[in-house]
This record gives sequence, structure tokens and C-alpha cells, in this order.
Amino acid sequence: MDGPILSVRNLTKIFSRRGQPDVTAVNDATFEVRPGECLGIIGESGSGKSTVAHMITRLLEPTAGQIFLDGEEITRLRGAGRRRLYQKVQMVFQTPVESFDPRRTLGDGVGESLENAGMSAAAVREEVARLLAVCGLPAEFADRYPHQASGGECQRAAIARAIAIRPALLVCDEATSALDVTIQRDVIGLLARLRRELAMACLFICHDIALVQDFCDRVLVMHRGRIVERGTPDEVIRSPREEYTKMLIDSVL
Amino acid sequence: MEEILCYDGTDICYNGVCAVHDARFSLRSGEILGIAGESGSGKSTLIKAAMGLLGPAGLVTRGDIRYKGKSLLALSREERRTINGAEIAMIFQNAGGSFCPVRTLGSQLFEAYAEHGGSSRDAFFRRAVEVLRKLRFPDAERILGSYPFELSGGMQQRAGIAAAMLSEPAVLLADEPTSALDVSVQKQVVEEMLLVRELYGTAIVIVTHNIGVLRKMADRVIVMKGGEIVEAGETRTVLEQPRQAYTKALMAAVPKLKR
Repeated sequence: MDGPILSVRNLTKIFSRRGQPDVTAVNDATFEVRPGECLGIIGESGSGKSTVAHMITRLLEPTAGQIFLDGEEITRLRGAGRRRLYQKVQMVFQTPVESFDPRRTLGDGVGESLENAGMSAAAVREEVARLLAVCGLPAEFADRYPHQASGGECQRAAIARAIAIRPALLVCDEATSALDVTIQRDVIGLLARLRRELAMACLFICHDIALVQDFCDRVLVMHRGRIVERGTPDEVIRSPREEYTKMLIDSVL
Repeated sequence: MEEILCYDGTDICYNGVCAVHDARFSLRSGEILGIAGESGSGKSTLIKAAMGLLGPAGLVTRGDIRYKGKSLLALSREERRTINGAEIAMIFQNAGGSFCPVRTLGSQLFEAYAEHGGSSRDAFFRRAVEVLRKLRFPDAERILGSYPFELSGGMQQRAGIAAAMLSEPAVLLADEPTSALDVSVQKQVVEEMLLVRELYGTAIVIVTHNIGVLRKMADRVIVMKGGEIVEAGETRTVLEQPRQAYTKALMAAVPKLKR
């Protein structure tokens, strides 16, 4: 069996602000994501879920610990190294419209990574149309601006952008939380299909525990920066060991 | 049971564009009515209209909205002030945003209390502490002395509900009151609203896209789509045996926890 695509060891993030007490947002987190696997992270606001995602995608500097992608340490990658990282890891955020440059078309956004990889303008255009079609959007969306598309349409375009360079790992930070449930179901269906077709691993951060149960192979429960429980969704939801997890599951109406 | 709030063929438009079409339903006294639907379905518009909160662009263009038989549409400022807050109160998704950030909750609640006829600070304080205790706040005095930012989002929302209950309105309108909250806090807010009905007999309209919240709270549910009421009935019937294709699709799309 192959090694993990993502390996996180003792990852810690402390936010320090002058005149205020330190906040330990992530405290000694250790976990792995295997190739093609979908790992969910559940927990309440402020539990550190997004901070973990931001450190993995190098949007935040870890305070301590290590992150390995496909065996290579990426904990403190900068510049060209970090750009190379984004050929393997891509991210989908909670707010689809804001994740695009408002002054550029969705097609520009989706095709940017291909352009950077040296593809010709004509080839980029063709590939963008194909990617949009894969994500269920007509080719004309390439010429639309973010404000000319709905939240669900923008999120489909954001997924098209993320899969353009065929990443080995897709990090989804509350990627469907801002969408209506019927749209959420369609986007989840799309992500499930892409995972199968591209054999892509997924780190799926979500506060909707029922959704994680449907979509993920394994799940971590975070509470106040710590991973307090882990297992398959059914193990964690049906027979939680920690008091906190029990309380969280009991709270779902 | 008495029909306390009644929508009678109501159309609501913003700048001439219809957001709600031909809404017909009643809220009975002491009842909890849920309004479900997706973004843009008109569910918030529906309850804002009863409070006169549609803004300059919004207008009820047909039909009527009546509170205890009296139309709410052509109220003078003075009449509106005797109804909003005192008879019909409203809470919003972002409770923290509906409080002034630089004044304590106590001073803001006193203002609302004074607006509806109370004048003594001592009487206000006794009344506020009584309501907060009844609603099972652990530390009523501390809450009244706090600034909004000193409270968590869930506590702000609970304080918002308590503030609304100071004048014991007959109707509480709740616009997505739990949508910004974590599940554990969401449950507390839902339980507080149920307690409000138990203690004060308040009728509640809750607008939410959260089907779990409706299941827990609502006696009856209305489902809206594109400004129209597509289905209405007992909560259990609507959620478990929906008749309309849209309601079926909506229920099928809701992820359900398999315990």
C-alpha cells in the first residue's frame, strides 16, 4: 500500500497578539490522509478546523509540528516551492463568490493554473470549457463574472478551478455550508463523482455531522484545538467515546 | 383556537417585483408555526411585512395582514409603536447585530421597557431578572451588566429572546434565529423558545431552512418556493409524508444523521 498523501504531525498554531493572552487554535494535531481517502473534520466554531486547513495549504504559518505531502515536508515552504505545492493541493472555500477575483471572469479564474503551467491560450480555453462541463456548467459561464452567477454556480466553478491541475488532495473548508440544501446535494454529488473519477483524496471540513457521515471515510472530532476523537463516521456517531462527542451528536436536532 | 395573526391573500413586492404571492395562512394563539424554504423563497419577507420592516422598496400590494382582526398595513407611527415589541416582537439571525455595541444589555433593555410604559429602573431591573431567571439564565445580573461583545453568539441570541419577552408579546417572529449558531448552542436556543411558549403562551413563527429545528419546535409547517406557499400542514405530515414534488425534493436533500 502507498504511503499517506498527507501526514500531519504534532501540528500546533498559537496566535499571539500584543496585550492579549495567546490563543492556541490548534494543539498537537496528528493525522494522515491516505490516497483517494476522504477525511472529515467536525467540531464547533473556534475548534481549529479551518486553522488546520490553512496550515496545510500554507495560508498560515504553523507554530510547531510538521506537514508532509506525498512524503515531502511542506511545513515551511515558500515562493517557488509553495507554488509547486499548489499543483498537488487545492482548496475550495465556504464563500464561493468571494473566492473569485470580482474583476475577472470565472473562465480566467478556472484557467489561471493551466496558464501558469504553460498551456497555450487556445488550449486553456478548451480545457476550461471541458472542466466547467465536468462540473455541470455550460461553457458560457467562462465569460461570466462572479456576480453574474449564483452561489451554487460559483461553487461549481471553484471546484472546476480546484481540479484543473488534477490535485492529489482537495481541501474543502465548509464548501457547501453557504448553499441551500438542494444545491448542496448537487455539489456533494459532484464532489463524490470527481473523487471516484480522479482518485482524489479529500480533507472535508464541515460542521454538518450528517453530511460528513454520508460523504467521508473517516472523521476527526476537534474541540478547543485538540483532536478528541477519531474513527469511521459510524463509529464516532453511533458509539462516541468522549463526552464532548456525545454532547455534539446529541445536539443535532 | 383563536387566530391571532392572519395573512389573507397577501402579495408583497420590492420595487414592483413580486417576492411573495397570495400568501394565505393563520397563526393560532400559543401555536408554533414553521416556515421552511430556500434562499429567495420569500420566507423572511413574509414575517418582516407584519412588523412593517420591508424597507422603502417593499410594499404589500394586495391582500391583508391582520393582528387580532386589525389590519397591520396602514398603521400610523404611533399605532405601530404600540404593536411592535409590545404585541408582536421579532428576533433576527444575528442577535449581536441587533444590540448597540457600546451600551450594556441592561441599559438597552430598559429603553425598550420604558418605551412600552415602564418608568422605574428598580421595577425594570426586578422584572428583567425575573424573566431571565424564568428562562433559566445562570447569572441574570451579570447578563444585564454585560456589553453584547462580552457574550457568545448563542448567549446573545438567548438574551435577544429574553429581551423580547419583557413585554410578554402575544406573537414572537423569529427569522433564522439559530442559523449562525453551532449545533449545541442551536439546541439551547430552540429549547429557550419552547420554554417561552410554555411559560407565556406566546405564539411563535419561526423562519428557518433547518428541518431539524422545525421537527423539534413547530406544530405546523408552511413550505415556500419562489414566493408561493407550496405546502402546509402538521409538521410530522409535511416532513414525513410530503405531497408536493418540491417538498419531497427538499426533504430528500436534507442530510440525515444515522444514529
